[in-house]
Amino acid sequence: MMTKRKEFDHGLEELNELIVEMGQRVETAIARAMDALETIDVAAAKQIISDDKTLNKIEEKISELGAMLIATQQPVAKDLRRILVAFRIASDLERMGDLAVDVAKAVLRLEGQTLIKPLIDLPRMTQVVKMMTYEAIQSFVQENVNMAYKMAKDDDLVDALYSQIIRELFSLMMENPKTISQATLLSFVGRYIERFADHATNIGESVVYLVTGTRPDLNS
Amino acid sequence: MQSVASQTLIDIHKLNLYYGQFHALKDVTMDIPEKAITAFIGPSGCGKSTLLRTLNRMNDMIPGTRIEGKVAIGGADIYSKEVDVETLRKKVGMVFQQPNPFPKSIYDNIAYGPRLHGIRGKQKLDEIVETSLRSAALWDEVKDYLKRSALSFSGGQQQRLCIARAIAVNPDILLMDEATSALDPISTLKIEELAQELKDKYTIVMVTHNMHQAARVSNQTVFFLNGEVVEFAETEKLFSNPRDQRTEDYISGRFG
Repeated sequence: MMTKRKEFDHGLEELNELIVEMGQRVETAIARAMDALETIDVAAAKQIISDDKTLNKIEEKISELGAMLIATQQPVAKDLRRILVAFRIASDLERMGDLAVDVAKAVLRLEGQTLIKPLIDLPRMTQVVKMMTYEAIQSFVQENVNMAYKMAKDDDLVDALYSQIIRELFSLMMENPKTISQATLLSFVGRYIERFADHATNIGESVVYLVTGTRPDLNS
Repeated sequence: MQSVASQTLIDIHKLNLYYGQFHALKDVTMDIPEKAITAFIGPSGCGKSTLLRTLNRMNDMIPGTRIEGKVAIGGADIYSKEVDVETLRKKVGMVFQQPNPFPKSIYDNIAYGPRLHGIRGKQKLDEIVETSLRSAALWDEVKDYLKRSALSFSGGQQQRLCIARAIAVNPDILLMDEATSALDPISTLKIEELAQELKDKYTIVMVTHNMHQAARVSNQTVFFLNGEVVEFAETEKLFSNPRDQRTEDYISGRFG
């Protein structure tokens, strides 16, 4: 006879909803940050920085709800992993939000300047990491290990784009030392987005752990 | 809480038990290691207490019981004709859900078994009483009241007295059938701690309805369903990543 644990299942559902909400906010934040960078839109950048507070609040909520469920419901096995994984994913998403803020802060430092080159690979990278984030969260919601592995493969594409960006910026700096300050800033942005993808990969690892109980390394 | 001991003490092979027409245990096979705690869990009527009672032949007393298969302790079949059941029960002590001390003094409760087995000397009995009460973590609480009736003590103390009484005849195995379910949380904790200490000297098999107790205390856990063993695994493994979906459903409280 199957029985439902109403209160507990309701709590787990709420955890999932909070993670999905965080995921959507993070996707939006990184996409908007790149838009703001392309047009050096300071107002948009400030909005992204201020919106990050909501992400931090949701992460806190996940911590509190998870702790409450552990304390009152004594979950074991997969139920326990669901909560442990929610903590990890929330912390990855919170860091991803911070990285979007780092990109937005780069926009603030570029105020009044024109870009040394039209941005092509950075927005492409952003497209990829945005998709990775979406797929990471979907793989969590659907508990789909294959999707998690497939998503993590895109990290190679991100790394390749990052190397390409760095090479390009290096040659720009060598050609014209006046670009050094901005090129350095843009290479940092590349680094932020590359880190963003690593966190998406971590989420994939959490999904594999949730479903199988084993800890894979999707970064290798 | 890994099990260090891996030597098998109790070997159960293709055990089938019937109460009249009712098939209560179905092809149960398992090796229970010595000097470790093995917990039996499962919903009511799954056969866990029945199996526990086959280990010291308590089922013999239930009319209409039929047993097939093998239960061996230390290599010797306990259902063979040569086995003396009293000697077997001396080697395989049991503690029940309700503390059941005799309506006698603390001292006489402990000395009862040894006297029955022929020990008479006062000095020897004194020694057994003290060692048993110490082993059951009860000595300090009762040493000044050894002549007082056991029934005047609390439920938790009575239960530890029952454990001391079982230990007094120097068993190899202690069976605990829901031994803490009638106790308050503090007394429960004391019994759990006691079990942890006792497992260095004895092999403990416990039946519990409290899954978290099994998770806290035991080295191995066996999950039963409808008279069958669904899963036998290290406790850590069973509660973190069970192999069988039915185990997962039961320990997650979604079943039973």
